[in-house]
Amino acid sequence: MSVLSGQRAWLLQRITAVYAGVYVFFAVALLLARPPADHAAWLALITHPVVGLATAVFAVLMLLHAWIGLRDVILDYVRPFGVRLTALAIVAIFFLLLGLWALWILIEAALR
Amino acid sequence: MTTQGRPVFLDLTKIRLPINALVSILHRITGVLLILSIPLVFWLFQLSLAGPEGFEQALGVLGHPVGLLLLLGWLWLLMHHFFVGIRFLLVEVGVGETRKGGRDTAWSALIAGIVSAILLWAVFL
Repeated sequence: MSVLSGQRAWLLQRITAVYAGVYVFFAVALLLARPPADHAAWLALITHPVVGLATAVFAVLMLLHAWIGLRDVILDYVRPFGVRLTALAIVAIFFLLLGLWALWILIEAALR
Repeated sequence: MTTQGRPVFLDLTKIRLPINALVSILHRITGVLLILSIPLVFWLFQLSLAGPEGFEQALGVLGHPVGLLLLLGWLWLLMHHFFVGIRFLLVEVGVGETRKGGRDTAWSALIAGIVSAILLWAVFL
């Protein structure tokens, strides 16, 4: 956990928060302004190079943000060393799998 | 690392939370619940992109009474986390550090989260 301790985790949490917040703002604005009427329009929107890339970056940074947040929660409440380490390991695997899943969804959509 | 003899008061039924503490613990709770929602959101996202049928199925899930209720709850999770997150970033750069300023921004973030969630939900309806 040394690569993600203290100030570095704190800073990364803020940077990912800013990106995720800006992404959510624009995603909501875009969906309100131009709600996709059908599958073709929805697929075209998501696979647009700018939207697709922004979404892929969002998926990775949002998962990183969530990972750091859940890690903080575990470090706050889970005290026994063995249980804490197990919880951190399970969470790490969970987020790695979610990251792979997110990228797979986007690549699959791009190839459709 | 426990300090001996330090007073510990953790009776959750007797702790009174000021508004800034309330939005703060809700920020943490909404964060954890949002994490739990990720698999469901990814599944819906993948389904909606799979094809015209999947797109309609995804809309059907969201349009189902249970889906609509979950959507409202989820939108609040997201909007609360969003606005309180902005508040934290502002506090960290020195905005609203007075007692009154802190309370005002906490109330603003709480209300903005509730109102925007209801509005977005109404638009989806």
